[in-house]
Amino acid sequence: MSMTADVLVIGGGIQGCSSALQIARRGLKVVLVEKNTAGRHASGVNAGGVRRLLRATPEIPLSVASMRMWHEIEALVGDDCGFKVSGQIAVAEDEAGMADLHARAAEVQALGYAHEELVGPNELFEILPALSRHCVGGLIARDDGAASPYHTTMAFRRAAIAAGVDLREECRATDFVRKRGIWHVGTSAGPVEAAHLVNCGGAWAGAVAAALGEPVPLEPIAPMMMVTSRMAAFVAPVVIGLKRKLSFKQMPNGTVLIGGGHRGVPDTEHDRSSVDFRKLITSARTVADLFPIMRETQIVRAWSGIESRLPDDIPVLGPSSTEEAAYHAFGFSAHGFQLGPIIGSIMADLVTTGRTVLPIEPFRVTRFRPWAEILSSGG
Amino acid sequence: MTAWDAIVIGAGPAGLAAASLLAEHRARVLLVDEQPAPGGQIYRRIEHVTERRPDLLTLLGADYAHGADLARRFRASGAQYLPQSSVWQVTPEREVWLSRPGQSEQHQAKTVLVATGAMERPVPVPGWTLPGVMTAGAVQILLKSAALKADEPLVLAGSGPLLYLLAEQCLAAGARLAAILDTTSARHERAAMALLPSAVLKGGLSYLRKGLKLRAAIRRSGVPWFQRVTRLRIEGTDQVTGVGFESRGRPEHIAARLVALHEGVIPAQQMTRSIGLDHEWDPVVRCFRPTLDAWGNSSIAGILVAGDGAGIGGARAAEHAGAIAGLEILHQLGRIDGATRDRLAAADRRGQAAHLAIRPFLDRLYAPRDGILRPADDVTICRCEEITAGAVRTVAAQGCPGPNQAKSFLRCGMGPCQGRLCGPTVTEVMAEALGLPPEQIGYYRIRPPLKPVTLGELAAMDAAE
Repeated sequence: MSMTADVLVIGGGIQGCSSALQIARRGLKVVLVEKNTAGRHASGVNAGGVRRLLRATPEIPLSVASMRMWHEIEALVGDDCGFKVSGQIAVAEDEAGMADLHARAAEVQALGYAHEELVGPNELFEILPALSRHCVGGLIARDDGAASPYHTTMAFRRAAIAAGVDLREECRATDFVRKRGIWHVGTSAGPVEAAHLVNCGGAWAGAVAAALGEPVPLEPIAPMMMVTSRMAAFVAPVVIGLKRKLSFKQMPNGTVLIGGGHRGVPDTEHDRSSVDFRKLITSARTVADLFPIMRETQIVRAWSGIESRLPDDIPVLGPSSTEEAAYHAFGFSAHGFQLGPIIGSIMADLVTTGRTVLPIEPFRVTRFRPWAEILSSGG
Repeated sequence: MTAWDAIVIGAGPAGLAAASLLAEHRARVLLVDEQPAPGGQIYRRIEHVTERRPDLLTLLGADYAHGADLARRFRASGAQYLPQSSVWQVTPEREVWLSRPGQSEQHQAKTVLVATGAMERPVPVPGWTLPGVMTAGAVQILLKSAALKADEPLVLAGSGPLLYLLAEQCLAAGARLAAILDTTSARHERAAMALLPSAVLKGGLSYLRKGLKLRAAIRRSGVPWFQRVTRLRIEGTDQVTGVGFESRGRPEHIAARLVALHEGVIPAQQMTRSIGLDHEWDPVVRCFRPTLDAWGNSSIAGILVAGDGAGIGGARAAEHAGAIAGLEILHQLGRIDGATRDRLAAADRRGQAAHLAIRPFLDRLYAPRDGILRPADDVTICRCEEITAGAVRTVAAQGCPGPNQAKSFLRCGMGPCQGRLCGPTVTEVMAEALGLPPEQIGYYRIRPPLKPVTLGELAAMDAAE
């Protein structure tokens, strides 16, 4: 049986659900296909950081716009998504690190943004009383915070369905052909015909781009996280490392979530990933150094989720360079969760008007073209 | 560090038999176990009791005493032994990460035998989380440690061979039993009768005699023995004060401060799940068990499972399964050829078959009641996070498609026990709520570490990359 829609969205992560939601709210008929269940991979199991702090420069305008949506998240999706404004702070462990933070703060201010503020040692230890005294300062974004990733993705999913999106889970898109202005997409639940195609396929999005004739060097990764047993409240903001990989936060229930980018082993063929404790040893050392109070705490669970990154660690976002009426949003390189709300708006802008007011040119799919040519020439 | 020929996890009958056999054949074998001495749950403290407590040895019976031979053989075998060590991760590449008192270390093996045994099926009846409620296994540990106090009368409730054995052992130890509440159903009893002749013919007669003997001893003791017990609920606010139930449809009540619950045992699947082995559903016992071939090989090469962790068969069947898996490992290591393996395994296969002959009858007779598998809405099923069956049903109705998503919705299964106690119930409740078979619903993805490890212990490991 054939399904028809104005727009077919591939991928039921936060980007796909957010895009489907915003497109449907503009009155278009949307089918969303997800090969597992919504939020099964990176969107459901990430560290939940809602962060503008230390974003790559091209991402800052998007991140700032998305943060405004986070502060109104309940109005957007009818759920608070567990979002709490706790601040996020990057900690410098030595003077060289502090010099980097000074340079960063100056750069962001020069761009006209005020959300990143330098913090001296006195305020640093006021904010983080348990922090090891070898640290010298920090950079804080006071209105940043964290949310519950799975709750958030499910809230977007529910809102999308309520907006009329036809969500098909356990449904895998397999082939993509555009004939006479209509996309004909084969899926495990039968063919779909749609005027527009939106690729939010996460770690699996590279196959869609390749099918459109514009391969990108997308690398599946499996960022790992650990969670501890409950502790009395001792740290309010999310703490991120500067030279060492760390994202550290205490949840409302007292458990401490430790992430930051150490990677496990992704297995995209079987839709699963596994943790690598060798690297988590490094992660544990970083935490033990920065927060000595943590040494006796028990690690209760470690896990990883499948995500994908691009060589320059920013996503592909925007229209296809080879096909009409096709758009990409993938390769968020382990920091896409906060961008989820704004990505939906951008994709809805692109689908309905062909343009968006936000500067997305740096994320163009063609920026890897030399790579693609090398690959196709077999070099 | 060179790889071990084999790492055996668990020092119960399967693990002891396998490790002994491997070491006797000069394989480099490491046996890792949580307890301070060999024996597992079934032969817990067997060396101590044999040497120091002949009184306890008599009381615990000949089946328990058999464990002494296994322990003796193991000690003489030359196998390396790490007691008091918790394995907290096994990878498909056969790395074994474990925690000894104060430190963690990582070992590599050519083959891994998981012999982690069974766990008691969770018994989520109203009030089961109150102080004063124990598992039958906990009572047995008290018995084997000579720590069961005789002054507080104990109510034993549930069904299954272990319940009767425990009742008899308690009586022999002089403990006071307030009552036995037998939940075995008439329906299951009728269904089981059809399987009795085959069980007897194939070698199950000795088990049957043992069971009848236990029942006779209980009857002789005069302890009130309520049959066809349903609607069991444990009462109290901060501590158990009593037990309410119906026996043959008639309401009853007993005052009690100590209750032991038991509804049979199921394979402990935390480790086999976390490695990523394939599992299959047993529709009679209503549990998952790893998918294995006749030698104990799992879906991942070089990882084998033997004993009750592979499917409930009891201690003697586990011992044979351990020996069979040990022979297969020797074959995989190239120490013996296939024909030798088959020849050496023949006696163990016969023994295993004889000990398993009674199982279809027992499995049917003591199949779990629906009320235990799928408790009422107000009953807590996840003790760590205090999540009720009703909460799981609610999120299922809201579109939560399975146990892993329920974790994210509710935090059920995310406490310190890692879902060990609520996993089986969550699968059953979600299967019922979504109208799907349990094998399709699946089970929690089990995350390492399987046992809590401190951050400092992990930070101090020298296996960093």
